[in-house]
Amino acid sequence: MMPIRNLLKAAYRSITKNRLRSLLTSLGIIIGVSAVIIMVAIGEGSQKSIEEQITALGSNLIIVFPGGSRMGGVHRGAGSRQSLTLDDVKDLEDQATLIDGISPVVSSAGQVVGGGNNWNTSIVGVSPQYLSIRDWPLKYGQMFTETDVRSRKKVALLGQTVADELFGGQDPTGEKIRIVNTPFTIIGVLAEKGQNPMGRDEDDTILAPSTTVLYRLKGGRNYVNMINLSAVSLEAMDAAQEEVRTILRSSHRLDPVEEDDFSIRNQADITEAATATMQTMTLLLGAVAAVSLVVGGIGIMNIMMVTVTERTREIGIRLAIGARGSDVLTQFLTEAVVLSLIGGLVGILMAFGASFVLNTFTPIRALIQPGIVLLAFFFAGTVGVLFGFFPARKAAALNPIDALHYE
Amino acid sequence: MSIIIETEDVTKVYQMGQVQIHALRGVSLIVHQGEMLAIMGSSGSGKSTLMNVLGCLDEPTSGRYSLEGMDVSSLTKNQYADIRNQRIGFVFQVFNLLPRTSALENVELPLFYDRTGHIKDPMRKSRAALERVGLGDRLDHEPNQLSGGERQRVAIARALVNQPSILLADEPTGNLDTRTSIDVMTVFQDLNDQGMTVILVTHEFDIAAYAARVVKLRDGVIIQDAAVEGRRDAKRDLVAFENKDSEDRDMMGHDGEPAFFTGHGLRVTSPPQQTDVSTCETDSEEEKII
Ligand SMILES: Nc1ncnc2c1ncn2[C@@H]1O[C@H](COP(=O)(O)OP(=O)(O)O)[C@@H](O)[C@H]1O
Ligand SMILES: [Mg+2]
Repeated sequence: MMPIRNLLKAAYRSITKNRLRSLLTSLGIIIGVSAVIIMVAIGEGSQKSIEEQITALGSNLIIVFPGGSRMGGVHRGAGSRQSLTLDDVKDLEDQATLIDGISPVVSSAGQVVGGGNNWNTSIVGVSPQYLSIRDWPLKYGQMFTETDVRSRKKVALLGQTVADELFGGQDPTGEKIRIVNTPFTIIGVLAEKGQNPMGRDEDDTILAPSTTVLYRLKGGRNYVNMINLSAVSLEAMDAAQEEVRTILRSSHRLDPVEEDDFSIRNQADITEAATATMQTMTLLLGAVAAVSLVVGGIGIMNIMMVTVTERTREIGIRLAIGARGSDVLTQFLTEAVVLSLIGGLVGILMAFGASFVLNTFTPIRALIQPGIVLLAFFFAGTVGVLFGFFPARKAAALNPIDALHYE
Repeated sequence: MSIIIETEDVTKVYQMGQVQIHALRGVSLIVHQGEMLAIMGSSGSGKSTLMNVLGCLDEPTSGRYSLEGMDVSSLTKNQYADIRNQRIGFVFQVFNLLPRTSALENVELPLFYDRTGHIKDPMRKSRAALERVGLGDRLDHEPNQLSGGERQRVAIARALVNQPSILLADEPTGNLDTRTSIDVMTVFQDLNDQGMTVILVTHEFDIAAYAARVVKLRDGVIIQDAAVEGRRDAKRDLVAFENKDSEDRDMMGHDGEPAFFTGHGLRVTSPPQQTDVSTCETDSEEEKII
């Protein structure tokens, strides 16, 4: 080995005297590393926001849908049979011991007029416990009461989106609106919740007492779209679910041989499904990123191949004045390592920059994981070193005269 | 004087597809320490091939080559590299300097690869080598900022920097004009005067006239090996050339080439064992035709 100091000097001189070549060589690494990091960061970021949205559904949430479920949990189409009624809700209220809160969900939709504007939105009939089941705080006003439910009072809470559309963000509490031509009084506004895991704007909605929606908007039919419940604790989820099932089967008078005419989901089921989808997406992004890393690597190899041809004369000169083949090889390797390290660092910085821009100025969320930074860095380094090494090996094995006369 | 180079029946065959090219067909040559030798011959006669073998840049196909008493034929690639680094300085016709690299850094290069650990101050050594060839004021110039003669002197400084025992130069003046050629020859003669063995290839008689001995190749064999009679002194010629030059400028239209550039300046004495070979004088006529 030639002294390490001389080796570094030779590599340093070679890099600085051929700036464009050095830049082009690092470019592949820079692009590859930053692409991998940012792609995976976007995947992780979306996964994280989905998880947060699912948590925002409410803690210990259990949802009962009408209609049975098939094997493997494939839903037969929610509401395909209108098997859930307010009587079921009443039975559950009376009998369930592992349930904290319970609320029917009666969905309707239509034109809403107020504040001189109109807006098409969904109107959801619920019980006073609905907000605590869903962990949904109020921004203004107050929730309606059991008395309001019993008296089918025409009061409404607006989602943030509806409040913005009709009243431009001002507190509309106490204002009158007309929902499908029925006058309502606004008693509050819900806090902003964002999108649900399926991408629907949760704030584009109006809440009203279930009875009001059922009898004043939907014409008095007893069926509800679903029932939301919250278990007393996370540990009691399974038992609570079983209890709900037993109560509903008995109130529906199902024989033991008959299948359920309803289906029960909990938050974990929904989380699982959404997480699986997200992992697929992250994997896909990762694959795209890996491809860009390979493409970057091929770029490096190209530059290396081309420059080795160009540099074979230089290699010839070095060999002629007494460099050994291994000296030349080590120098090329050192250059490749240095360029890969610099390229990798610049790539990492660029990825952090890009993720900052994404998080600050766009709705896309990027979450950089230290693991992937290391992985991309080492992979890029390996690619750079391998692709720097192999073309150089050929040239270093030539005898000096052949290298000098190389064309 | 001790023998520094000894080849015995060295051949070199290039395989070009089906065709075999015999570049050297059995060259036996002895060079003593402190000699200054010119190798001549027409183009394609094998001069460069021989120089490359002598310079350990290329291996002979067969034959024996010993350098300072050591048989070189059996060495490994790395030992070859070390010999090139330690014992031989090689100067090329096309300079072969690293581009975008200062004269000083170019000269320093062989010291990078020195494994003896003797090099204490490579910068100082390189500067000294450049000063020795008269380029002490061009240290930071890159090759494209130097004239041809200066580039060749940088190359010579690079060949000298690790204090080799032999300096080999393959047509060192081939790309240079007359004045610069003489200039470069002053450097070679100077080094030879200081005891260095110098072997150079040239096809110009005027350049060969600065050597003490001329070896002539034809078709890969030595056809003549003779001492130069009335060896020229490059320093004196340079002074004469410069005087002549200024005279020319004084007298417009004068067509006088200096006497030493007529091709008739080279007279050799053939050693007795080679009496069968024609003298260089007659050979020079043939050379001019080619
Ligand atoms: N690398 C090579 N491959 C094939 N033939 C070569 C090679 N180098 C030289 N030759 C041939 O060997 C012969 C001698 O070449 P060379 O030593 O360069 O001659 P000179 O230097 O005297 O002009 C020529 O015929 C040339 O074509
Ligand atoms: Mg030649």
